[in-house]
Amino acid sequence: MPAACYHCGLPVPTGLDLSVRIQGRERAMCCIGCQSVASAIIEGGLEDYYARRDAMPDSQREAVPVDLQESGLFDHPALQKNFVQPVGEHEREAALILEGVNCAACVWLNERHIALLPGVTAITINYTTRRARVRWDERKIQLSEILNAIAVIGYRAHPYDAAQADAAAKRERKAALWRLFVAGFGMMQVMMYAVPVYLANGDMTPDIEQLMRWASLILTLPVVLYSAAPFFRNAWRDITLGRVGMDVPVALGVGTAFIASMVATLSAGTGPSDPVYYDSVTMFVFLLLGGRYLELMARQRAARGIEAINRAQPTLAFRLTAFPLPDGERIAAIELSPGDIVLIKPGETVPADGQVIDGISSVDESVLTGESRPVQKYAGETVIGGSINGGSPLFMQVNSAGAMTRLAAIQRLIAQAASERPPMVELADRIAARFVIGLLLVALASAAVWWSIEPARALWIFVAILVVSCPCALSLATPAAITVATGALAARGVLVTRASAIESLAYATHFVFDKTGTLTEGRPRMLECWTSGESPRSVLALAAAMEQMSEHPYARALIEASETSWCPEVLQVKNLRALAGLGLTAEHGRDSLRLGSLKFCQELHGQVIPPRLAEWQAAGDMVVGFADAHGWRAGFRFGDTIRPEAAAMVARLKASGVKISIFSGDDASVVQRVADALGIEDARGNMSPEDKHAALKALQAAGAVVAMTGDGVNDAPVLAQAQVSIAMGNGADLARSQAGIVLLGSDLHALADAVVLVRQTLRIVRQNLGWAFAYNAIFIPMAMFGWVTPWLAGVGMSVSSLAVVLNSLRLQAEKTAEKGPTTIQQQRHVRSAP
Amino acid sequence: MNDGMDILYLLIPLSIVIVFLAGLIFWWCLDSGQFEDLEGEGFRILTDDDKTAHEKFEQP
Repeated sequence: MPAACYHCGLPVPTGLDLSVRIQGRERAMCCIGCQSVASAIIEGGLEDYYARRDAMPDSQREAVPVDLQESGLFDHPALQKNFVQPVGEHEREAALILEGVNCAACVWLNERHIALLPGVTAITINYTTRRARVRWDERKIQLSEILNAIAVIGYRAHPYDAAQADAAAKRERKAALWRLFVAGFGMMQVMMYAVPVYLANGDMTPDIEQLMRWASLILTLPVVLYSAAPFFRNAWRDITLGRVGMDVPVALGVGTAFIASMVATLSAGTGPSDPVYYDSVTMFVFLLLGGRYLELMARQRAARGIEAINRAQPTLAFRLTAFPLPDGERIAAIELSPGDIVLIKPGETVPADGQVIDGISSVDESVLTGESRPVQKYAGETVIGGSINGGSPLFMQVNSAGAMTRLAAIQRLIAQAASERPPMVELADRIAARFVIGLLLVALASAAVWWSIEPARALWIFVAILVVSCPCALSLATPAAITVATGALAARGVLVTRASAIESLAYATHFVFDKTGTLTEGRPRMLECWTSGESPRSVLALAAAMEQMSEHPYARALIEASETSWCPEVLQVKNLRALAGLGLTAEHGRDSLRLGSLKFCQELHGQVIPPRLAEWQAAGDMVVGFADAHGWRAGFRFGDTIRPEAAAMVARLKASGVKISIFSGDDASVVQRVADALGIEDARGNMSPEDKHAALKALQAAGAVVAMTGDGVNDAPVLAQAQVSIAMGNGADLARSQAGIVLLGSDLHALADAVVLVRQTLRIVRQNLGWAFAYNAIFIPMAMFGWVTPWLAGVGMSVSSLAVVLNSLRLQAEKTAEKGPTTIQQQRHVRSAP
Repeated sequence: MNDGMDILYLLIPLSIVIVFLAGLIFWWCLDSGQFEDLEGEGFRILTDDDKTAHEKFEQP
């Protein structure tokens, strides 16, 4: 059994002899990275770290050697403006994210280590959020030196420039907490005054009672004026806009009870004293704010899926000025322009959309596509800005940068969806508005009736009805569920771009795929190879040699096929010429070769087309011929292959009770083959956009709710005719997409997942609405009969709106159960991959 | 008139003053970020050394 590395805990490879003297003994190290980090810690006098830690740090084996020169670019004022603030004349403060902090001893180690640097005036690390604030004197030390010092002890620090968004959320939480506290303290103290009055049951002298009332008034004042201010402000805004919002009854209830109590207190001594309700007022406000606070937390949690996309924004890029030489410069990602060549190091965010020109690495695209596993990228493949390079350095040529990137398009689509209100929500709002008007009328009527029966209770019952009723639950029921569902879908790579799409998708009875390309790989593969007698391997090798320089999709497919059949020798061909639209000519030895369309090959030797090839061509597939002057040598059949997960996705959709059709413009036999392989009964080929439109209308006339799946750009009228349109976003032009739902990844399972999730969403909305109606139907009549005590009214209202929010959050829980680890863990996984 | 009740004329105003004081203390706690990292500070007390730059943060 190999010894474990004393620094990181991984086994020490056999034959390696590295050690550092820690706590008086030589300790084995697993790699040079761990050895240098451990030495740096010991030399800094921070040996205590090893005694205090209760978790192992990240291994240093795959750690990137720190490029001192490069982080020096963080010292440029232009790059610093986002995350560095001047404090004094020479002092600067920066917000950083620390990676690798996984126990409290790490916090101690970093704080001590940085604080010992000359010129650092302050450092604090938040263990919960892994954020550091550091302050330094720029005459004595530069930020890059601080970042390097952190790297030396094995942690990674990045500038953190999403600070503004975070600060806003933090202010909101702080204000909510402070309002809640004021209400809570006011409530407790007012109760202290109220309880003796209740218990004394009239035995108390009027003077003392009046004193208690004045004390309660003073304590209730900040509760009503400060804590309850949002209710009054919202209610006032609604009224000035001519609407009746859900805060109107609350504001009216609290306001009425408070003013009545105040009048009773001020007019004391002039006659028989009226009752006061300070205890009830403070309690309502406290319970309502408590409910709102929990809601706020739940909402901020629910928005995370969407936020992750907005945070993926790359900030920096390393532009190579003289590729392939490694010279380059750090610039802001938005300054990139198409054609630039950038180097993306492991752990860095891809700064723009582009094509890999050198290097092989695994890239984590989970934020953008929902694909949790890292994707291998080779030269020639496209990478998306905002994804994270996991494995090794990549050289990329920028295709589009800044506002033209896919990430920017996704963010615009999200903003568009957020600016629309789903019809379901509008309906719920209209119902809630009517509900509030009805409620006000009911409250007034009940007060009037009670006035004639028992005037002393009329005011209280009026207030109780207003407070116990919960229009919030009614108007939260739908948006809460939809917000959570949108976030959960985004985390799976399903982007909702039209607010109504969730509802329509849940009701869809027919899924129509508007082209076979959505179910297939979308690029040709060689299906079959025919030869006139030679071995397919040698023919393929020769053909691949001819196609070596070509970028045509069929050429790539041919080369791929030759590689999969393991051709060892590289053949030399001479006089290679490409004839546009026809094919290639070349010479090999004495033979003059042609590779291309059958007619083009036929011209060389004049023989009839072999029956196999004719048969393939008749079936609608692309056939490439290969010939020399003596006759046919081979033929290659190309076709699109079905995506591996398509059959399972179709089966899942069918199992959920929807019908599936393919309406395609492709050749009928190709469409039929795809349909047969997937078990789709209704497959129609050779359709023009008009045919598709008509067929769709016919389906809808028969009562179907149609979800149309396509590339999102072509056939816009057909997509518009469907109740909901779904675009396969992978590779498509997102900026022009008209679809209501975009699948960002290439995994078709996301579509079946989305159907399950949106149906669950509708179920939750129904539960929420059912709960809200049932609650109001039970408690309003109870309040009308005067059976609702003050605490019950406050608790009831808070619990009912909270129940709605928590029920909606179940949609998110379902996601994590199926999908497993979070993004952070995935990133770690990427790093430790061999 | 029960004489023992007179003390309430002092105690009730006093209680109001105390409540406002408590509010003030909580406001200070909230404002200086006491509720932002509920986990880390507990460890810090175990590892804290006398003069770290961390302490200087609140009094620059």
